[in-house]
Amino acid sequence: MGIRIRVADFVQTLIAAIAVGSLYALVALGYTLVYGVLKFINFAHSDIFVLGTWTSLTAAVVITNKMGIEPEHAPWWVAMCVFLLAIAMCATFGYCIERFAYRPLRGAPRLNVLITAIGVSLLLQNVGQLPGKTVAESGGSPAATIPFGAIPRNMPALIEDRVLNETSVAEGTMAGGSKRGTVKLDQNLTIEAERQYRIEYVKPPAADAPAGAQSSIETLNVVVAEPGTIAAGEEISTQPRRNAKDVEGTKYRVLRSPLVPIRLIDVLIVTGSIGLMIGLQILVFKTKLGRAMRAVSHSVETASLMGINTNAVISFTFVLGSALAAAAAFLYPLKYPLVNQTAHGIWVLLGLKAFVAAVVGGIGNVRGAVLGGFLIALIEFFGSRYVSTELRDVYVFGLLILVLLLRPSGLLGSTAREKV
Amino acid sequence: MKTLAQHQQDVPGKVATRWDVMLLPWVACIVVALVVHFASPVLVNEYWQNVLRRVGVFVIAAVSLNIVNGYAGQFSMGHAGFMAVGAYVAGATTYYGSLLLHGSVNDPNFYYQGIGLMLGGIGLGCVVAAIAGYLVGLPSLRLRGDYLAIVTLGFGEIIRVMLELTKGQLDNAAAVKDAGAKLLIHLNGPSGFFGIPSYANLFWIFLFVSVTCLIAYRIKYSSTGRALLSIREDEIAARSMGVDLTKYKVRAFVLAAALGGVAGGLYSHIGANPSPTDAGFQRSFDVILLVVLGGLGSISGSVLAAIVLILLPEVLREAQQYRLIIFALLLIIMMIVRPKGLFGVKEIWELDWFTGWFSGKRRERKAGAK
Repeated sequence: MGIRIRVADFVQTLIAAIAVGSLYALVALGYTLVYGVLKFINFAHSDIFVLGTWTSLTAAVVITNKMGIEPEHAPWWVAMCVFLLAIAMCATFGYCIERFAYRPLRGAPRLNVLITAIGVSLLLQNVGQLPGKTVAESGGSPAATIPFGAIPRNMPALIEDRVLNETSVAEGTMAGGSKRGTVKLDQNLTIEAERQYRIEYVKPPAADAPAGAQSSIETLNVVVAEPGTIAAGEEISTQPRRNAKDVEGTKYRVLRSPLVPIRLIDVLIVTGSIGLMIGLQILVFKTKLGRAMRAVSHSVETASLMGINTNAVISFTFVLGSALAAAAAFLYPLKYPLVNQTAHGIWVLLGLKAFVAAVVGGIGNVRGAVLGGFLIALIEFFGSRYVSTELRDVYVFGLLILVLLLRPSGLLGSTAREKV
Repeated sequence: MKTLAQHQQDVPGKVATRWDVMLLPWVACIVVALVVHFASPVLVNEYWQNVLRRVGVFVIAAVSLNIVNGYAGQFSMGHAGFMAVGAYVAGATTYYGSLLLHGSVNDPNFYYQGIGLMLGGIGLGCVVAAIAGYLVGLPSLRLRGDYLAIVTLGFGEIIRVMLELTKGQLDNAAAVKDAGAKLLIHLNGPSGFFGIPSYANLFWIFLFVSVTCLIAYRIKYSSTGRALLSIREDEIAARSMGVDLTKYKVRAFVLAAALGGVAGGLYSHIGANPSPTDAGFQRSFDVILLVVLGGLGSISGSVLAAIVLILLPEVLREAQQYRLIIFALLLIIMMIVRPKGLFGVKEIWELDWFTGWFSGKRRERKAGAK
């Protein structure tokens, strides 16, 4: 392997780690916020996340089904609606859980609250995968149900993933009469090693299509044997295309894959999460509400003596944490479309990793959770890329034990001793 | 009923060795095991005997977890991990041991040596689980309680992942001889270790059950038990009374892990194939549920909860899919309404309403109060 490829591979792993790390960080923030104000591990937080993914999935299926369109062709505001619905759903559940399960235990020993949290988690998991009532049929794939049922589903691609940094290396016009598996080149084309090429062209609506049909962008993967130059006028072999005649005369571009593909979904995930994290920073450190949250985190009794409505602040913290989890939950299945049933072990593992992120960064510390999220993802991705894929969960817990041994209060945590 | 400590208080001056007090309970354990062993075939059929063996395994699991979760108030969520360690070590000892010594597994001619192998395996599993418990407990028990929950949960998951990575099972003596120390990685991966002869009959199960209960009971009323209960109530107060927090926490944790290993060892000998999922958190939750519902710190509570919660799904087959929902609701409601669990820290014979049934003391006391 050439050095260029190795560096590219390294950068690609880095990008994947940053994208997933920002999702971990979003979920970790929920753990850390709740731990900050109530000093207990909210085990149900990962289930709020799962609720978010399933709400996104169900909402996407229902909305596109009611509109009578394919999810792939849904306009951008459908994704926005789904996103807001997921947030609303998770925030409501977060509020209710706090109000009905945790508030009656305010002042009870920590262990009892922890056990209740496990109970709530089990309840959400198992209610979530009861056989459900159908709310929308979807062509081909199983119907959307509430509760969500026990079958893993695929998230419809509301936002179609594409590589952003492809370079256009040649342009031309589709010639008539060429064979189905070939495209005639109008310009010289230099084929480089270890790159992929594809041809993108606009397919006009078919002649017999109903009025209002839109042209669509189609893509053909180029089959290339070996590197070299292909002169203009020669034909380049591609995967077979349908309806050769329809595209006669339309413009096409030959696109070369980059060494390090940057995907739309990754960019969306990273910018979205970082935006939310900055928003949270401002909320916690610059607003009056944030000051109240920090006061409650410091001492609930003192805060209430200072005239802070502590119950309202705690409820708000739950709602905030759940909303962040919902945001992560909307973004996650866009990257990994398979959505498992709610009681599947993979979700608990994901929640655990996010919690480990919060602990590694210093639980109760908002910036620590972000740092921890990225750190966990980096270790997980680089460990599985360069050492062994099967042990990816082992690295995370190894890091946890290491941090607990060396710096028990986490990387950014403060070392306050418990006093009487 | 007098505890050992009370008996010793009765003796003035030098504490005398009371052989009857020391030996009698162990004899009682054997008697209990024999009674269950010979009475159950008369009373119930084969199927319910198997259910009874399962109940026994979960009683041991719950009572052992109660030592750390109940007495010491430290929340371990990886008990299934220790059980799985015990199960695999004991199961592999019996299986590969029989192959090595006899050339085949589950041969009637090899029955008594098989029993010996099982007991050796359970002992080995117990030791390995205890070592694992020490390694996991030492770093995490120095910290705040919540970390233990997460570290132990992670431990269970690591065990699960490790077991899933193991290679296929060997099935003949020659291969076992060749493998040597590499036998450790031949635990049959995700599909689980199978073919372990079910040597653990009701006698062995209930011998271990009663011994576990006896150990747990003796510890509860010993100085260690009092130290653990004081840690659970208030760590700072306990420390100011001279209780070494880490030492006692680790002691409880290691003991719980060791007895969990025994439960696992028996589990692999009742015809249930131990598989990696047995190390996962789902199984840990099951055991935690028994401890919490029965009462944190109550041995009889754990026993009762294990009996009821294992038998209940057998009776209510139709409600299978609602089982965990009902249990989760029970857990939440219990924590809000009766946070200490069914019996709290007390044993069933220490409860007023229970003793009242038999002696009528309660009525007397009520009358006296008037």
